[in-house]
Amino acid sequence: MSRVRVLVGTKKGGFILTSDGKRQKWEVSGPHFGGWEIYHMKGSQAEPNRIYASQTSGWFGQIVQRSDDGGKTWHQPGLKPGEPTTTPEGMPLGESNRFVYDTSPATGKPMTTHQFFDGTQHPWEFKRVWHIEPSLTDPNVAYAGVEDAAIFRTSDGGKTWHELSGLRGHGSGSQWAPGAGGMGVHTIVQDPSNPSRLFVAISAAGVFRTDDAGKTWAPKNKGLTSQYMPDPNVEVGFCVHRIAMHRSRPSTLFMQLHWHVCRSDDGGDTWRKVSGNLPSDFGFPVVVHAHEPETVYVVPILSDSLHYPPEGKLRVYRSRVGGNEWEPLTKGLPQSDCYVNILRGAMSVDTLDPCGIYFGTTGGQVYASADSGDSWMPIVRDLPAVLSVEAQAIG
Amino acid sequence: MIRIVLPFHLRNLAGVDGEVLLEVAGPVTQRAVLDALELKYPALRGTIRDHGTLKRRPFVRYFACRTDLSHDDPDTPLPEEVARGDEAFQIVGAIAGG
Repeated sequence: MSRVRVLVGTKKGGFILTSDGKRQKWEVSGPHFGGWEIYHMKGSQAEPNRIYASQTSGWFGQIVQRSDDGGKTWHQPGLKPGEPTTTPEGMPLGESNRFVYDTSPATGKPMTTHQFFDGTQHPWEFKRVWHIEPSLTDPNVAYAGVEDAAIFRTSDGGKTWHELSGLRGHGSGSQWAPGAGGMGVHTIVQDPSNPSRLFVAISAAGVFRTDDAGKTWAPKNKGLTSQYMPDPNVEVGFCVHRIAMHRSRPSTLFMQLHWHVCRSDDGGDTWRKVSGNLPSDFGFPVVVHAHEPETVYVVPILSDSLHYPPEGKLRVYRSRVGGNEWEPLTKGLPQSDCYVNILRGAMSVDTLDPCGIYFGTTGGQVYASADSGDSWMPIVRDLPAVLSVEAQAIG
Repeated sequence: MIRIVLPFHLRNLAGVDGEVLLEVAGPVTQRAVLDALELKYPALRGTIRDHGTLKRRPFVRYFACRTDLSHDDPDTPLPEEVARGDEAFQIVGAIAGG
């Protein structure tokens, strides 16, 4: 029977939770990189024991860590003591934690500024990696979504990263603006049927899609609406919180927009609302069941000003018909006095049968369901605030 | 021998306890000390100085001999006491945040 590994990134370190296929008893290892913010950890589908981690700090910047043994040991790819830090000309050498925007005359020159909070233009400044998405087929290839919004790619296992500058170079970059959480590429989704197609979501610009492996990108926000935006036909400016896809149906995407849950059935070309009977359609994460492409999960939050569940009841909502009709899932979840939040990267599914669903809270609990959401249990209770959760089946 | 005091997280990252001791060839400047530090502990590259510009990161400070050297030119010689190893060159994380 397969085992399950759940990678949990928190405000103060990373944790790895493992269980057998029953998913009732869990072992917790960590903190890995104690005291650092672990924005995201994700394992390679092609080589599950290879895990990439984004370790970050407002003081000391960005570190990329990699494990090749399922999280037992970690290293920064490509670094060996004694190597020179600079070229003979004095330029810093490429390293795993170096994310430098493309400013080359050929492709980077036009991309100098984006819109700042005050409406002025502001230079792009790298802050951190929000999301690392390993390739579905090559363990040495991975994508990094970063703040300020851009996407980078490595093809050497994380030793060096290079910007896919066509995203910022789309032409609308000067109109992108930060949301309250910053301006980052926080979600990267790969089309398993077409390795040239990727989707990214940017707060607060929206969804973009490439069909040529990242050279060029197009905004995919038609049909989205926001009460704060007077022009309904605007191309960018949407605070998309998360998008999710079922691997068997890559043209269908589900989205948790700032307000509204939406879906697209044409690869993001058009979107429509499927919030239906949700008690609030504000929220952050959205995931799709591993084996049922029309079964979707969200966690409603009261509002953009009140980032906690309605009525103090922690309820996951499930739709088995692709949206509009939602049922609350409450068994095992606190139904009074609960005021935690679930961040956009903090929900995941495994690929076992029945499908396991996982989410982490800003209160440090990680909840798991081994029966597609019918019942839940906390598998760890008192971690630092959870930033990200990724589940993977192993062995 | 140059003595360097790192903040907790960077000691952790570099895998060292206590002070770091370094040999620095030539004039003992901020740049020379940091180059030598990053040469010995490449995990620290980008954590003290920005990768692209090699400028000090905003929440990092340099102290020695009870003096804030953060704004000094990186090629200015450090105090004699640091060069002799009598005093440590201290890399400090700003006290901020949670």
